Amino acid sequence: MTNETPVLEARDIVKELGKGAGKVMALKGVSLKLVPGELTLLMGPSGSGKTTLLSILGCILSPTSGEVRLAGHSTTGLGPEQLAELRRQHIGFIFQSYNLFPTLNAVENVRIALDVLGQKGYPAAARAEEVLREVGLGHRLQNFPSNLSGGEQQRVAVARAIAASPSIVLADEPTAALDSENGHAVMALLARIAKEQNRSVLAVTHDPRTLGYADRVVRIEDGKIVGEERRPEGVNSPEITDLTKKRRKANA
Amino acid sequence: MILTLAFRNLFHDRIRLAVTLVGILFSIVLVAVQLGLYLGSSRMITNMIEKTNSDLWITTFGAKSFEEGGILLTSGQRHQALATPGVKAVIPMVSAFAEWRKPGGGSTRVAVVGIDAEDGGLEPWNLIEGTWDDIRAPDAIAVDRSYLGDLGIQGIGDTAQIALGRVRVRALTEGIRSFTQSPYVFTPLQRARNLLNMDGEKGDKSTFFLVQLEPGANLETVRTALQERLEGTDVLTKAEFRDRSLAQWLFKTGAGIALIGGALLGILVGTVIVAQTLYSSTKDHINEFATLRALGSSGSYIHKVILAQAGLSAVIGYSLGMIIALLILYLSRNSPLPLVMTPGLAFSLFALTLFMCAISAVSAIMKVTKIDPATVFSR
Ligand SMILES: Nc1ncnc2c1ncn2[C@@H]1O[C@H](COP(=O)(O)OP(=O)(O)O)[C@@H](O)[C@H]1O
Ligand SMILES: [Mg+2]
Repeated sequence: MTNETPVLEARDIVKELGKGAGKVMALKGVSLKLVPGELTLLMGPSGSGKTTLLSILGCILSPTSGEVRLAGHSTTGLGPEQLAELRRQHIGFIFQSYNLFPTLNAVENVRIALDVLGQKGYPAAARAEEVLREVGLGHRLQNFPSNLSGGEQQRVAVARAIAASPSIVLADEPTAALDSENGHAVMALLARIAKEQNRSVLAVTHDPRTLGYADRVVRIEDGKIVGEERRPEGVNSPEITDLTKKRRKANA
Repeated sequence: MILTLAFRNLFHDRIRLAVTLVGILFSIVLVAVQLGLYLGSSRMITNMIEKTNSDLWITTFGAKSFEEGGILLTSGQRHQALATPGVKAVIPMVSAFAEWRKPGGGSTRVAVVGIDAEDGGLEPWNLIEGTWDDIRAPDAIAVDRSYLGDLGIQGIGDTAQIALGRVRVRALTEGIRSFTQSPYVFTPLQRARNLLNMDGEKGDKSTFFLVQLEPGANLETVRTALQERLEGTDVLTKAEFRDRSLAQWLFKTGAGIALIGGALLGILVGTVIVAQTLYSSTKDHINEFATLRALGSSGSYIHKVILAQAGLSAVIGYSLGMIIALLILYLSRNSPLPLVMTPGLAFSLFALTLFMCAISAVSAIMKVTKIDPATVFSR
């Protein structure tokens, strides 16, 4: 798996945020590769730059220096419309607070992601229903977000993220607003869409419950990558948790 | 989905929707009423000219309008006109204001129109009682039924005094109203001359000559020839004389300016209200627009959502506004100045509403253009 060509690659990313006295160096030279079929977790304390890195990988923010390569092409120097085009072609997003459209029902929330891609009409509606069934919401198609539980809303968001079959899915703290049971369900879903559909999935989290689902854990602290663990081939989930514990002990 | 989202955003906040619709409605009704009055006035002013069966009008030089032509054209001039090649007929007509003395006391101003029906220049129209023949009887006149009250009479058979002579109502018309609010009094040519004190040497003078051309005669050629022969006159096409009357009553008196000003005010107020509500709606839904942007929608996709919202407001607001405008129109049908609505005006109002809403969308669009999609993560 590690030998696969990356679909998304960040090299020496530096990002300054804010202006004047409030200026912060959120990322201080970060390099990261995402390959298909893997669920990568990006872990780190609050304020360590996780969201900033995710935004840059997702072509939402441009780095101050460094380069992001998406599907083999550099994104350096692209304008907002070109970046938007890259996002809709290649990337699905999942947010901590779901960011569903409150005035649209589940199917419509998924359809809108297809609509921005120009996929309309019956095929788009059918595709939206299909992905909602895939995430286990076949019985909630017409529900509005206000009539869905948090876990269900996040699953609608997952369906929206994968509806257009992007090669990359980026999730920012997808389980932070969910209880344990729903958090596990969403992580299992993310692991599944990575493996079954051969996508690169990167989830930002500081929720240790999520560790068991990862193929790979990247640690970030104070704007720098400070470590990376990979689940050995054939080893199932609890092992990586052990690896993490070992590393913690070593650091201590 | 653009329409769906626009529709849901619009109906999500009912109060704001109501404000938006009231804004558009107010605008539409105000503009419809002002322009309806404008059209109504225009029709009233030009009605008499339109109804005549004439290719050219000969007026005294600088005649301002149908009611203010003076009584100065001579029969000599008429014969000169008749002798002009291409001219088939030259029909004399008299039109002037005069004082009407009511049988019960008091007086009012009327516009006396004298023409002989058998000359074919102005056919009687909208007669509801009596015939044109009845008006040939001594003293006979025709007036519009709607003015009976103003004239202080009840109907057929009543008498009154115009300037020097006694007149008797022998026929009634309906819906021939006058913009000047001075009722038209129809009577044969010679009696009009007599009433207006044009006896003796002035006994054959006229206000206008209605010129009818021989078949195949060139209008411009005849017009030039007439203008050369007849000194101290204007030779005008029907359209030119109509425009001159309109200019006189609508613009020199300021009435038209006031109506158009009112319409512009309506547009302005409507645009401001719609812009305001659209902007605040966009602000309320800004997170959704940011999400759309993060999902990779193009800027124009989001603009379309806002424009669709504006367009939907326009359609709904226009429909409601038109219902009210048509109601007002209906209620005004018997007033001194009935409103007029034409398919053209209705269509223009719709185009105007769409335009107004599109302009209103500008500030909202400027707002979403500044969205930073990175804000999607900071919630
Ligand atoms: N718009 C901004 N302006 C200034 N500083 C910012 C801005 N956004 C984030 N930061 C700062 O950048 C650092 C990294 O933030 P972030 O990537 O959101 O961290 P995390 O997601 O790991 O909590 C933090 O110190 C944060 O305060
Ligand atoms: Mg964060």
